[in-house]
Amino acid sequence: MDTRRHFLKGVVAGGAAITSAAVAPPACARETHSRPAEALGLLYDATLCIGCKACVAACKEANNNPPEFSTEDRLWDTPLDTSGYTFNIIKMYRNGTMQTKDAEVNGFAFMKTSCMHCADPSCVSACPVSAMTKDPATGIVAYDPGACVGCRYCVVACPFGIPKYQYDSPTGKIGKCELCRHRYADGHYSACAEVCPTGATLYGRSADLLLEAKRRIALKPGSVTRYPRGKIGGPDQSYEGPVGNYLQHVYGEKEFGGTQVLKLSAVTFAKVGMPDLPPKSSAATSETLQHSLYGGLVMPVVVLGALSFIAKRNVHDEDDESGTDKDKGEK
Amino acid sequence: MTTHQHAAPTPVGGSLVNAATLVCGVLIAIMAAILLVRFIFGLGMVANINDGYSWGIWVVVDVMIGSALACGGFSVALLVYIFNKGEYHPLVRPALLASLFGYTLAGAGIFVDLGRWWNFWHIFWPGYANPSSVMFEVAVCVTAYILVMWIEFSPVFLEKMGRRDVKKKLNKWLFFFIALGVLLPMMHQSSLGTMLVVMGGQVNPLWQTPAVPLIYLLTAIVIGYGVVLFESCVAAAGYRRTIEMRLLNPLSKIMLGVLAVYLVVRFGDLLIRGALGEAFHPDWVAISFWIENIAFVAPFFLIGSTQARRNPANLFLAGIAIMIGGILLRLNGFLIGYGHFTGSGWTYFPSLAEVMVTVGIFAIEVLGYIIITRRFPVLPREHAQVAS
Ligand code: SF4
Ligand code: SF4
Ligand code: SF4
Repeated sequence: MDTRRHFLKGVVAGGAAITSAAVAPPACARETHSRPAEALGLLYDATLCIGCKACVAACKEANNNPPEFSTEDRLWDTPLDTSGYTFNIIKMYRNGTMQTKDAEVNGFAFMKTSCMHCADPSCVSACPVSAMTKDPATGIVAYDPGACVGCRYCVVACPFGIPKYQYDSPTGKIGKCELCRHRYADGHYSACAEVCPTGATLYGRSADLLLEAKRRIALKPGSVTRYPRGKIGGPDQSYEGPVGNYLQHVYGEKEFGGTQVLKLSAVTFAKVGMPDLPPKSSAATSETLQHSLYGGLVMPVVVLGALSFIAKRNVHDEDDESGTDKDKGEK
Repeated sequence: MTTHQHAAPTPVGGSLVNAATLVCGVLIAIMAAILLVRFIFGLGMVANINDGYSWGIWVVVDVMIGSALACGGFSVALLVYIFNKGEYHPLVRPALLASLFGYTLAGAGIFVDLGRWWNFWHIFWPGYANPSSVMFEVAVCVTAYILVMWIEFSPVFLEKMGRRDVKKKLNKWLFFFIALGVLLPMMHQSSLGTMLVVMGGQVNPLWQTPAVPLIYLLTAIVIGYGVVLFESCVAAAGYRRTIEMRLLNPLSKIMLGVLAVYLVVRFGDLLIRGALGEAFHPDWVAISFWIENIAFVAPFFLIGSTQARRNPANLFLAGIAIMIGGILLRLNGFLIGYGHFTGSGWTYFPSLAEVMVTVGIFAIEVLGYIIITRRFPVLPREHAQVAS
């Protein structure tokens, strides 16, 4: 009875140590990262999007991705969602008679789905082999198939369901948008923004894009304003158009500490498939837990020392001479 | 060998060719055929995993659950060497052996699931390793533990080979490996739970909590004892040996103690976070939550009294209940309660081929356990051994 109480005390004490390490904000608690100052990104304005899918086709071409078929006739590229071979897709919200664009009731609306280039990406935190990396200057979340082990922890970790694995290949890679970083050397930028006829997808520094987004939602719906196209701060391709009925929310400004891709919409974000995320990133929670338990290996080494000490006392002859059980247990 | 005072481990003996080993052999052959297809044509050819559920049973069952069920060695070592309960010593070797197989195969199971397996060594290579990744910690810790267990178990082989000199040297350091063998599972079993944290709101709040490391650690210990109960009964029945009731009775009492602590932590956490409401939605997730927790509570009814603990059938059932609870805790967190909030129409149910690979991995474990216990000194000597 007494020994049992002893044992339980030990378990409770051990548990308490772990809980306090997990619950109390320890010195190494890590804040949610924010966007780098020169972060690059996209602004997607659903009210400008006409659903032409030029960006989907351009993305395929820029990334050398094969078409994916979902119709019987297999006539053209018809992916149903992003995949290991489709990094960008335009989805549609519809309701009732679908009469009015950007109306929640009896309306329809578009939404672009591609990597958000999170300020504090779950995929980067999850990846055990640093195949997912976040560029400290541009903030682009890049993927290196040469490093990847294909564990797909990034796939299950991403709150937007973005990295996807190529299941049909014995040497499958992860596929996801890398903000067309391979096109920068020859003066190009994101293919989706380059081809977008309405400027619904706009490329630029996230800071500039955020200003532009804030400018738009502050305007009076129905009034007329100038919309830049292509690249913000690039050659002037702007045009005049009516202001949409914006929600007063720049999606990606605060979610998970912010994302570098920002979104504007007239239809509730949850309805167009954007998850409701807190300002604190999961990566920060996870890494705080991880570092407070194992940071610098301090806790494990201390515990190992204590365990070794106790074990040394308790390892008896029985372990030296095979099976010679000492009488201890016999009652 | 030396003369033993009592209950020295000895090989059980007997034929290696019997119904059980033949069935294992067939299951392993089926698995090999499926894996051949998987490695030639890719994961999608045999597994039902998809863009919405990228982790299927090869991760959740073979690794998460397989390693938890292999915690017997750790739980018994904790009892014998850390809490100095020497009387449980006869349970050490059999439990360690089961753990050895469980973990080694959980490790091998990862390999089958890795989409770019030829790069696996990157996890251990400083230029690639990402210490912030929970998976990195789990991988390193599990690998180290597998090595430590083979070292802890090596006296069994050294005895068989008659290398007493090597064994002597090893024994000087055994306490250190034993300490490591307790620390490492504490680390990675809790981290297996922490792997959920980065998935954030995709995991149902019933299983998504900062207390998840403690929850996984406590259940790993409890499952360890539950598996010892289960295995002792099965080994006793299989080899027609007497059940070590003298040990199992108090052991199960200790298990109940840890289990009580666990239930307080588990429900305390749910109440504090206000997550319990999720358990009252009329869906499969909530039902699965209740089955999980009923299984964890059941042992108090099955073996709550000293009287009930004297009945091997009750101990056996309690062991099974614990295993079901532990299995469901992990299945619920990683599969059944996953994708709950993003839910974009993806579903996952394992394919027959996937199930057969998991079955094949368990078959290797059973086969290995039979071969080693029949040929090497693991189980305590019995007066009336199976003669064949
Ligand atoms: S959206 Fe997903 S894939 Fe893209 S950076 Fe964020 S976590 Fe990573
Ligand atoms: S699948 Fe590749 S990129 Fe994704 S987490 Fe695993 S190793 Fe990293
Ligand atoms: S930035 Fe490039 S890769 Fe990303 S969605 Fe646009 S076109 Fe595709």
